[in-house]
Amino acid sequence: MPAGDERDATGSPWSDTPLVEQAGLPFIGPGPNLGMGRGGADHDGVGTTPEGGEVVSSGGMFLQIVRVFRERKLAVAGLAVIVLMILFCWLGPVFYHTNQTNAQQALVSSTASNSPPNAQNPLGTDNAGFDVLGRLMFGGKNSLLVGLAAAVLGTTFGALYGAISGFFGGWIDALMMRIVDTLLSIPFLFLLIVLAVIFHPSVIVLILIIALVSWLVPARLIRGETLTLRVREYVQAVRAMGGTRRRIVLRHIVPNAIGTIVVNATFQVADAILLLAALGFLGLGVQPPQTDWGTMLTYGITDITANYWWQIYPAGIAIVLVVVAFNFVGDALRDSLEVRLQQR
Amino acid sequence: MIGFMVRRVIQALVVVIGVLLLVFLLAHIIPGGFARAALGPRATKPQIAQFNRINGYNRPIPIQFWIYLKTLVWHHNLGYSYHQNQNVTNLIDERLPKTLVLVGISTVLALIVAIPLGILQVVRRNKPVDYVLTGASFVFYGTPSFLLGGLLILYFAVDIHLFSVSAPQGQTVGAIVSDPRALVLPELTLAAITIASFSRYMRSSMMEAMTEDYVRTARAKGAGPRRVLFVHALRNALIPIVTLLGLSIPAIVSGAVITETVFNYPGMGLLTFQAAQTTDVPLLLGTALVATLATVVGSFLADVMYAVIDPRIRYASR
Repeated sequence: MPAGDERDATGSPWSDTPLVEQAGLPFIGPGPNLGMGRGGADHDGVGTTPEGGEVVSSGGMFLQIVRVFRERKLAVAGLAVIVLMILFCWLGPVFYHTNQTNAQQALVSSTASNSPPNAQNPLGTDNAGFDVLGRLMFGGKNSLLVGLAAAVLGTTFGALYGAISGFFGGWIDALMMRIVDTLLSIPFLFLLIVLAVIFHPSVIVLILIIALVSWLVPARLIRGETLTLRVREYVQAVRAMGGTRRRIVLRHIVPNAIGTIVVNATFQVADAILLLAALGFLGLGVQPPQTDWGTMLTYGITDITANYWWQIYPAGIAIVLVVVAFNFVGDALRDSLEVRLQQR
Repeated sequence: MIGFMVRRVIQALVVVIGVLLLVFLLAHIIPGGFARAALGPRATKPQIAQFNRINGYNRPIPIQFWIYLKTLVWHHNLGYSYHQNQNVTNLIDERLPKTLVLVGISTVLALIVAIPLGILQVVRRNKPVDYVLTGASFVFYGTPSFLLGGLLILYFAVDIHLFSVSAPQGQTVGAIVSDPRALVLPELTLAAITIASFSRYMRSSMMEAMTEDYVRTARAKGAGPRRVLFVHALRNALIPIVTLLGLSIPAIVSGAVITETVFNYPGMGLLTFQAAQTTDVPLLLGTALVATLATVVGSFLADVMYAVIDPRIRYASR
C-alpha cells in the first residue's frame, strides 16, 4: 500500500485505513505485511518488544502518550472537554435540581413550554415543559453512555473477531471477512433503523445495535495488524514452544495490537454519538421521558421556522463539542503510535 | 483487467446474496412476523395461522428463502406495504430516481470542493489557511447533518429568504432538477460531511505523495513546483480518493435519509423515515435492500474506475 498506510492504520474517520485492502483489491507495494520498509519500523515504535517479550511495556507507551499530549494543546483541550462534559452530566444534577421525568410536574415548576431563557429556566424550556439545562445533563448521560459503551463493545468484539480471522487465515479468514464485507456494504443507517424498529429502542438496545454496526471497521484493522504480527519471531516462538492458539491470540496478538484498538475505539465513540443523534432525530433514540442530545434537537429542528433557538444550540453545541473532542484525542493517540508523523 | 473485473463481480454477487439472506432473516425474527404487520397487533392466533398458511409463511425456512429469491428476481417483487396498501416495488420505483439525483449531485459537488481544498492545504501547509480549513473540517465532521440542515434553513431560508425552506416537491426527476433554488440547501447539507472527510483525506494523501521518490526525482529533473504538484503528485494522490469514494457510498446513502427527512425531499430516504414511523417492516426491508444494492453497484463502479486510473491494479491482477 503506497499511500496512507502507516499513518492510517487506526481507522480514523479522516483517513480510512488500508483503503486498498478495504476495497478487497490486490495488495500492492511494500507494506507492513511483508515485514519490511516503513510499515514495520512504525510498529516497533508502538512498543512491541521485538526481542520477544509478552505484552507491550505499558510504561513506555504511556510515557509516549503523555509526551504527545504535552505537545498537542488541542488534544489536551479535547480531553478537558470530555472530562468537563462527564462532570456536567453526572454531577450537574446534584447541584441543579430539575424534574426530568414527569412533564406535568415539570410544567408546574417552569414558566411554560417552549419559553425562552428566563430567570427560572436559564436555557428555557422544551416543547413538553422540561427545563432545557437540566435536560441537557439528563440527555447527555444517555448520549455519552451509549457512545462509550457501544464503542467499547463494538471495538472489543471487532478486535477479537479480526484477530481470530487473521490468525487462522485460509477459508476461515475468507468466510469471516466476507461477512464483514456484506455488513459494511449495507448503508449503516438503514440497518440501524430496521433494528431499532424491530427491537424498540431503549438504552441497552441502542448500545447493542450501534455496537453491531461499529465492530466492522475495527475487525478489518485488527485482522490486518494480526497478519503482520503472526509472522513475528515471538509469536513463532510461542507456537514452537507449544502455546495454544487461544493463548497466542489473547496473550500475544491482541495486546500487541492494543494501540490500534484504543485509537480506533476513540474514533468509534465520536461516531457512535453521531449515530445515536441521527437515530434520535428520526424518533428512534432514547424514548420519552428519557432523552438524549439527538432526540432533544428533534423538535427544534422539525419546527425550525418557529426559531426556538434555545432548543437547538445547547444540545447541538454539546454534540459537536464532544465529537470534535474525541476526534482530537484520537488524532493525538494515533500520532503517539507513529514515529514518522511525530518527526514531521 | 478482465480477471480483476470477473473477481470483483463475483465478490459483489457474494455480498448481494449475503444481504438478501440477512434481509430475509430479519423479516423472520420480527415477533409475529409479517402477519402482525398486516393484521395489526390485535389479530388472533387462528387469524395469524390462516394468514401464514395463505402466504406460505408456514413452510420450511430454506424453501421460503428460495421463493423469496424467485419472486424478487423474476417478478421484481419486494413485498407489500400493508400501511400504504401498495406494492413496495412501486413505491420505491417512484422514489429511487429522486434519491439518486440528490446523492449524485451532492457527491460531484463534494469532490469538486474537497479536492481543491485539500490541494490548497498542502500548498499552504502549516499556514493559517491550513489550520482554519482543518478546524472547519473537524467541526463539519462533528455536526450531525440534521443540525446542519436545520441551521442552513434557519439562516438562509427563514432569516434572509435566499433559498426555499423545503426541498422541491415535484413528482418527477425533471420537476425536481428544474427547481434549483429549492435544491441548494439539501445538496449542501448532504455534501458537507463528505467534503469534510474528503478534503482531510485529500490533504494527507497529497502530503504523502509529496514525500514519494518520484516527486523528488521530478524535482531533481527540474520540474517546476506547479508541474510537480499538479502532474506528479496530484495524479497519484487522487488514486486513494477514488477508493475512498467507493467506501463512502454507504455513508452518503445513509446521509440521504437524514437530509430528505429534514427537507421533506420526496425520495427513498423520506420513504424509509415514514416506514420507520409507521413500523412498516416490509417497506423498511425493501428500502434497506434497494439502498444496499445501489451501494454495491456504486462501490463496484468506483473500483472499476480505480483500476482504470491506476495501471498497477490492472497489471498486478492479470
